[in-house]
Amino acid sequence: MRLQYPAGIKIIRVPCTGKVDVIHLLRTMEKGADGAYVVGCMEGDCHFNAGNFRARKRVEQAAKILDDIGIGGERVRMYNLSSSEGPLFAKYAIEMDEIIRNLGPNPIKLSKKTAA
Amino acid sequence: MIVADKKPIEEIISEIETYTNVLILGCNECVTVCEAGGKKEVGILASALRMHFLKEGKEVKIDEITLERQCDHEYLEEIRAAIDGYDAVVSLACGVGVQFMAETYPLPVYPGVNTCFLGATEKRGLWTERCQACGQCILARTAGICPVSRCAKRLFNGPCGGSTRGACEINKEVDCAWQLIIDRLKDLDRLDDYEQLSPIKDWSTDRAGGPRKVVREDLQQ
Amino acid sequence: MKDVKTPSKLEKILAAGHLAVTSECGPPRGSDPEPIKKKAEMIKHHVDAVNITDNQTSVTRLCSLAACIHLKLMGVEPILQMVTRDRNRIAMQSDILGAASFDIHNMLCLSGDHQSFGDCPTGQNVHDLDSMQLIQTVRRMRDDGKFLNGDDINRPPEIFVGAAANPFADPFEIRTPRLAKKVAAGVEFIQTQCIYNLDRFEKWMTEVVDRGLHEKVYILAGLTPFKSAGMARYMKNRVPGMDVPDDVVKRMADTPKEKQAEEGINICVESIERLKSVTGVAGFHIMAIEWEEKVPGIVERGGLHPRPVVSG
Repeated sequence: MRLQYPAGIKIIRVPCTGKVDVIHLLRTMEKGADGAYVVGCMEGDCHFNAGNFRARKRVEQAAKILDDIGIGGERVRMYNLSSSEGPLFAKYAIEMDEIIRNLGPNPIKLSKKTAA
Repeated sequence: MIVADKKPIEEIISEIETYTNVLILGCNECVTVCEAGGKKEVGILASALRMHFLKEGKEVKIDEITLERQCDHEYLEEIRAAIDGYDAVVSLACGVGVQFMAETYPLPVYPGVNTCFLGATEKRGLWTERCQACGQCILARTAGICPVSRCAKRLFNGPCGGSTRGACEINKEVDCAWQLIIDRLKDLDRLDDYEQLSPIKDWSTDRAGGPRKVVREDLQQ
Repeated sequence: MKDVKTPSKLEKILAAGHLAVTSECGPPRGSDPEPIKKKAEMIKHHVDAVNITDNQTSVTRLCSLAACIHLKLMGVEPILQMVTRDRNRIAMQSDILGAASFDIHNMLCLSGDHQSFGDCPTGQNVHDLDSMQLIQTVRRMRDDGKFLNGDDINRPPEIFVGAAANPFADPFEIRTPRLAKKVAAGVEFIQTQCIYNLDRFEKWMTEVVDRGLHEKVYILAGLTPFKSAGMARYMKNRVPGMDVPDDVVKRMADTPKEKQAEEGINICVESIERLKSVTGVAGFHIMAIEWEEKVPGIVERGGLHPRPVVSG
């Protein structure tokens, strides 16, 4: 389909979004990503029954922690789509890119710079 | 097991913000099972703290170690060589582990969890109290249901007048322990036992008697 | 006439076979004793004894013992309510002696509402003893002249020992066994929870009589007049362990607002008339909450006035 999506997005493939844990989202942010989002199957369509529900919970937990430490929980999100929905994948990527651009860079990078 | 719950991260930050080398110390026992202070929670807390201090522009080294147990000298010894590199420890063990850690090493130790009670896992994310360690178990008399830990008034001859449709007067979500006792006595065909008066409790083996000890000379060397 | 074990006027009246009448007053949330004296003054010629509540609903008030002393000094017979929530066994035995030193001769032993309902929800509760064990404690202090540890008491308390019973609470199957248990603990009189479901109360009384418990304990039927239909609904829906039948709520609701208070009193008087003839009912405990001025009228209309005079 050769769909375009923002170049700043790095895809990490996992066998199931149920594999994504809170710590993965936090480490991503700690390493300097400006945002992180999980794209899982449609709710109810998980091959392992609850993988994508677990992922959503963990995204919520990570968001709470990011809020607590002042990084901002809105930098992590969860999307659901089915494997045939390439255009929707691109749409979500653009949407997330926009959200993050509006939020600006990860605050830990900003203070790293000022510290340097 | 001992059930604990995570402390708010802001509280932990406020305790350790003056230090520059902090160890987050987990425990592989009860707090791992109740997902409050195991290896996983250590990783999450450490990552969050690192991000927080980075954002604040502070240089704070946050390391992670999880011991098999913190309520045992043997395991605490494993970090003796490393401990000098830190100026504070956040222990995610129960209150016992935090204290044992503090007794073992001469540096500030902060609790990272609130120790809640002796309980069981009803399901993931739901833990409930079963025992208050009163030191004189009476479960034989109460059909295996503990009124000390499960009745809001720890009545030995309950229920009180507040028992309503199986629920405690303090909250409809809380089972009336005495309803449970009576139901089970009935199931066991022992409802007549209900009329036996429970004698006045000797609380000297409870918290009331001061710090407790179990001494087993047959086991000591 | 049954044996009398204490100088309690309430006990003498019950032992003589009269229908006893008690009422209750809640102490004020301050140190001025006048409100409680005023309440007692209103009802003193119409009741045999007056309960003084002990920090009811876990709200801090002037202490029951001090209020009882005020009543005693006015010549009104007090019933000291004591909950196990706020005192350990040292404090309870001590307060019992304090009460006895003022010749307070009646006590009601209760566990007390949970503190989460009151003004100190973050406080501890004690419950060193429960209400049954408190009954046993008072009886031991009185009958054996001993403290809980076995030491002798110089001038043991002379206290007529009461407790509460709720014929309507859950679990249903132990309502009568629970009373039997209190009787075994040594209780001598019972004041019941407010009765609105008379059928169910009578059924309970039948069970009580079948077990012969009415021969061992005086049962005072508890009554609280409704001030309004709103109160009836509140009691039905919000108060744990309360059984208010739909037809009673309807009767209040169908009454025009300005006549509801009067209707509430009518219901109370009718209940007295009906329960008087129930075997095992030894008297009435009329709890007119912050409505003490209505007690004399209820007692008179219920045919319970004048009150009997018993000699010491």
